[in-house]
Amino acid sequence: MADQPGDHWDRKVANGLAFLRRRLSGDYEVDEFGFDSELTDAIFHPLLRLLYRDWFRTEVSGIEHLPVDGPALVVGNHSGTVALDALILSAALHDKHPAHRYLRLLGADLVFRMPVVSEIARKTGGTVACNPDAERLLGGGDLVGVFPEGFKGIGKLYAERYKLQRFGRGGFVSAALRTGTPIVPVAIVGGEEIYPMLADIKPLARLLKLPYFPVTPTFPWLGPLGMVPLPSKWLIEFCPPIPTAHLTDSADDPLVVFNLADQVRETIQQTLHTLLERRPDPFGP
Amino acid sequence: MTPGGTSGAPGVVLVTGVGRYLGAHVAARLAADPRIERVIGVDAPDSGTEFTDLLDRVERIRVDSGSLGGLLADLDVDAVVHLALVSSADPQHGGRSAMKDQNVIGTMQVLAACQRAPRLRKLVVRSSTAAYGVSFRDPAVFTEETEPREVPRGGFGRDILDIEGYVRGFRRRRSDVTATVLRFAPFIGSTADTTLTRYFAQPFVPTVFGRDPRLQFLHFDDALEVLHRSIVEDHPGTYNVAGPGVLSLSQAIRRAGRVAVPVLEPSLSGAAALARTMGFGRYGLDQVDLFVHGRVVDTTRLEQEYDFTPRSTAEAFEDFIRAHHGGVVVTRGQLAAAEQLVLDGIRQVRAAVRERAS
Repeated sequence: MADQPGDHWDRKVANGLAFLRRRLSGDYEVDEFGFDSELTDAIFHPLLRLLYRDWFRTEVSGIEHLPVDGPALVVGNHSGTVALDALILSAALHDKHPAHRYLRLLGADLVFRMPVVSEIARKTGGTVACNPDAERLLGGGDLVGVFPEGFKGIGKLYAERYKLQRFGRGGFVSAALRTGTPIVPVAIVGGEEIYPMLADIKPLARLLKLPYFPVTPTFPWLGPLGMVPLPSKWLIEFCPPIPTAHLTDSADDPLVVFNLADQVRETIQQTLHTLLERRPDPFGP
Repeated sequence: MTPGGTSGAPGVVLVTGVGRYLGAHVAARLAADPRIERVIGVDAPDSGTEFTDLLDRVERIRVDSGSLGGLLADLDVDAVVHLALVSSADPQHGGRSAMKDQNVIGTMQVLAACQRAPRLRKLVVRSSTAAYGVSFRDPAVFTEETEPREVPRGGFGRDILDIEGYVRGFRRRRSDVTATVLRFAPFIGSTADTTLTRYFAQPFVPTVFGRDPRLQFLHFDDALEVLHRSIVEDHPGTYNVAGPGVLSLSQAIRRAGRVAVPVLEPSLSGAAALARTMGFGRYGLDQVDLFVHGRVVDTTRLEQEYDFTPRSTAEAFEDFIRAHHGGVVVTRGQLAAAEQLVLDGIRQVRAAVRERAS
């Protein structure tokens, strides 16, 4: 019977309308960081799914190294001129993880200075990269994603691809140590080729108060078309967790912090090399 | 409990700012408490007679805060509750300079008087979560230990920082006095009348384009409860007082059935002009900053120390909506009816198409 409610399309339409009604009447929950899980599930993750699954053909391995529940600090390499790798990582992790966990990303304060962008970042679970926020999320049992290279990582030239940059002051390590959270290094291959940065126009960057101004084969020559990422092949590998529970007292010991940051950095760098050998052609199938 | 003792309910309480909504309600509630012998309400000499009914059991003194000094000693005051703060400049009453006079100079004078009051055992000062300032590098949730990263642009935020500075000085000089500083989130509720309740009562609500700040509210009755407990019990220290949970501004506007009108984020000089167009001319940089950055605080310390949890931000806001249902543009009922209408329409069309096909 076509007019009976209950068939597939009818349910879809009904769900869609109910979603719209809930959004328009404000009937949803936002956590104290501004994370809106309903909006993330309904809008952002489906869009990112198209990108990571169909456009970048992403392969994920080592998902078993992430805890099923409880906190972990996921530390990755940063690349790609715009920080698309963070979004791809969070969407792929959510889909592949058996418990469909959300990755709470820590972003640079520049992200939170920009209107619109700041709100998308917060609604998808992001917050400012600072120790109070990191520790609060980890203390609440969340998976937290951080890219310690920051702008040095995403703003590097194509010639320096897959060479990890300096890891800052290791603030992420002290956040993990203070909360006794395991660190899960993650290596992401594919992000460097989406917007290969050939040059950085520094005076223009200074003028626009940006950390760099990229010139890629398509940007700014093709205008908005230059914003389309090249369809590189992506590989994401989660490495075995590094436990920190026994080091809780050393959170303020710079030597312990630096050594641990170095260990994480080395693990990611080596995993990157292994992954690159598995992917001889950056734009392969 | 002995009056003037080091713990328990004080005998003689002096409340400042009883000519205003919060002060009047706090004083009236204290006067109704049998544990307290005497409640003295202090008020500026030129204040109105709005709350006379409420304050029939409160001894009212109209005096400048500058001449409080002798008064505190003469009246054997055990506790002082300082509530006489103005959160926004009122152009009809001297604007920003009068506001600063009242907030900063007024607090200085009250604290100076307190310092010279020998019997004083307790001081409760109203502060605000504006004490955390605003910065894009701020953590998402402020605990009482968070230091402001940037001095706020708004007058009220700057006043609050000054006031808390004076209280710190007072604590050093009179360590025998139990000093409580309460950092309140914006008040809301069925009866409260504040800049923010007037803002949400408009049918079309201006917001800052591209910003959806996280907000917290405190139900007015819970503010009264916390203030009352601060006076009759002993809770030294600084506490965030806010309804747990968060509403984003867009969500709050939708829940209230209002319509958001995003306005481009103005440059610093344009902000004042925007503020004037935002309503009754009483919105300032404090509000603009709040609507860009939002403000969320951690209330764990309050809940543990007071053994009291204010009703959540969402519940407090719900109470406000119920009392201000006039001016609603879109109601939930209308949305639900529209949803059913569209769903029925689509079902009918699909049924018709199938019938024709078969």
